[in-house]
Amino acid sequence: MTDIWVAAVVVLVALIVLTMVRLIAGPTVPDRVVALDAINTLTVAAMILLAVIYEQIIFVDVAIVYALLSFVGTLFIAKYIGGELGQ
Amino acid sequence: MIDILNGLVLIGLLVSALFIVRCRDLLSAAISFGIFSFLLSLEFYILQAPDVAIAEAGIGAGLTTAIFIVAIRGTTRWEGVRE
Amino acid sequence: MIADTIILVCIAIGLVFNTLGVIGILRFPDVYTRLHAETKTTTFGTIFLSLAVIVYAISRLLSDGDAQFLTLSVHTFVALIALAFTNATGAHAIARAAHRSGQVPSPAVIDRYSEGDA
Repeated sequence: MTDIWVAAVVVLVALIVLTMVRLIAGPTVPDRVVALDAINTLTVAAMILLAVIYEQIIFVDVAIVYALLSFVGTLFIAKYIGGELGQ
Repeated sequence: MIDILNGLVLIGLLVSALFIVRCRDLLSAAISFGIFSFLLSLEFYILQAPDVAIAEAGIGAGLTTAIFIVAIRGTTRWEGVRE
Repeated sequence: MIADTIILVCIAIGLVFNTLGVIGILRFPDVYTRLHAETKTTTFGTIFLSLAVIVYAISRLLSDGDAQFLTLSVHTFVALIALAFTNATGAHAIARAAHRSGQVPSPAVIDRYSEGDA
């Protein structure tokens, strides 16, 4: 049963590496922010699955903190791109 | 299987670090630095150090990206351009 | 036994939808379609992956009676709620920023949103 969880995490990390193609190739900055958002979501999913693999319950709390803090970074970059940050 | 996981995360770290160095657009470099610190946090998590992972996520995601954006707003966005 | 089947189906659905989201990021022509593909499918896939973890924790709780699996399921649910709210809000912020920075969808001929602003 553990092999199934590990295989799922390997697929998620492979998807993260594939998403970095859009980070490098993206012609404009909003494309790169979309790649950042996708990598955030996939990383939170990988962290939740890794907590089951290691059988440590405290590991899930890292995923909660990560999901809330990555939102701050995304919002800050979006405010700067939209020109709403003031000068 | 865990070795494959480590290798994939390290490939991602290498690609994002090279992109930070090579890119001329400093805003794209700041975004790529955010991705770099997220992947570093995931690597700490895989090595079973959740306290270091929480510190890296908080500093890398919340604080450093915001400070870099404030610094870019105060100067110029493109590398090598003088106003 | 039936819990294992439910977990496998949930993991398969989650991975398929995450893969579709990444394919959408790589293949679509402009930033709005990429954002649409990425946000919806990735959030849906992650909800199903978390559902697999919750089903696993409840099945272990019923078979072993260990109280730490109750903690695992509740904390996974809290992470799921946080992820769902922040993803939707962040996607709206990115789309608004992309429109304010002057990008238009690639075959667009009329822009009613900026007409409403003016």
